[in-house]
Amino acid sequence: MIKPLVKGLWITLKYFFSKPITVHYPEEKVGSFPRYRGLHIIGRKPDGSIKCVACGLCEAICPAKAIKIEIGELEDGMRYPKTYILDGWRCIFCGLCQEVCPVNAIVLTPQYENAAYKKEELILDRDTLLKRGDEVKI
Amino acid sequence: MIDWSLVIFTFVKVVVVFACVMLCVAYLTWIERKVIGHIQIRVGPMYAGWHGLLQPIADGIKLFFKEDIIPRNANKFLFILAPTLSIIPALMTFAVIPFGDYTTFFGLLKNPEPMRIAELNVGILYIFALAGLGSYGVVFGGWSANNKYALMGALRGSAQMISYELALTLSVIGVIMISGSLNLVEIVNAQKNVWNVVYQPVAFIMYLICGIAELNRTPFDMPEAESELVAGFHADYSSMKFAMFFMAEYANMITVASLATTLFLGGWHGPFLPPLVWFMIKVFILIFFFIWVRATYPRVRFDQLMKLGWKVMVPIALANIFVTGLVMMLLN
Repeated sequence: MIKPLVKGLWITLKYFFSKPITVHYPEEKVGSFPRYRGLHIIGRKPDGSIKCVACGLCEAICPAKAIKIEIGELEDGMRYPKTYILDGWRCIFCGLCQEVCPVNAIVLTPQYENAAYKKEELILDRDTLLKRGDEVKI
Repeated sequence: MIDWSLVIFTFVKVVVVFACVMLCVAYLTWIERKVIGHIQIRVGPMYAGWHGLLQPIADGIKLFFKEDIIPRNANKFLFILAPTLSIIPALMTFAVIPFGDYTTFFGLLKNPEPMRIAELNVGILYIFALAGLGSYGVVFGGWSANNKYALMGALRGSAQMISYELALTLSVIGVIMISGSLNLVEIVNAQKNVWNVVYQPVAFIMYLICGIAELNRTPFDMPEAESELVAGFHADYSSMKFAMFFMAEYANMITVASLATTLFLGGWHGPFLPPLVWFMIKVFILIFFFIWVRATYPRVRFDQLMKLGWKVMVPIALANIFVTGLVMMLLN
């Protein structure tokens, strides 16, 4: 009866002198894995214009109905998204939009710190998504 | 004629001891959280001050400004009385604990001053009497809230405290027999060469076990028992009333540790370092042990607790007294 009690004390003492495994989060970060699905970006073509061709597939496939597109057309017949609203609050980060996109315009990033103080901060429009594409590394 | 220097010295000592004890109580919460954190490979509080050193102060301020709730069906008088009744005996025990031998404060005083508030010739009885009184805080607190969980906690608390107080007191009797005195100072002086723990190892272990049970700490924290009784006797308490129960628990922890130091570990005796430092070292080692035990063992079942108390602890304590008496008789 005594032996297991002493053994327990020994184990806890051993852990007492071992190094804590705590990560002090805001100061230290673990980071996310390459295939982590975080908040989206929209890419640019080499000439700087938006990659998206406003086919509407992402809007159609989105299970959470988080994407709203308004289609616009240039003089040469190219379609582009007049507005592209991605509701980061509705999004469930399933990644189907990225999978279905024929031109690889919308991409989910490994960025995992997506908390915001206001709801509006996470409702992303076309220009915000493009800007994120310039800023966020994939 | 009143001896004014005695009055002033006693008053100063009371204030100093009270302040030190309250500071220790506050920082024991920090030590406990840190030690348990490190045992669980965490770091414990880190952000309030350097390594969380201001955490107890932050907690204190928070508890002061919390809303003080008294349940509608509670017995208001006893509900308010209970925390007071548990903290006052806990603080009063420090009156007789000898922290050190005579001191002149590095030559500042002409006559050496004893490092204790009062030298009572029934010191041990006084401490045990107050410890018994402290259990009323638990009982009243649980009963007056008119809450079934609190009542269960109070019932368990009273049963546990009565059964373990018996074993605790019996385990100390061996020491009293050896030193032939109830005076804590004389008991310490009798241990100048050999600590009592050498003569009374069984009693020392029993004292520690019963002491933890008396403190209502894990593995014997039946009156609180978070997983079964929400928070037991203090389930309905909030604000400073809640804090007072905790202050009483930590003050009792210091009392039990310092009493163990006084009775078994030779009090302030030790080489090289000053007496007070030796006393503090011994007390803090014992407190670390209590925290270590809390972090290691799960809570025992209530019937097992009672069985351990009455069928193991009390008979061993009685046998210990008998053997001590027999050996003393044969040697003399």
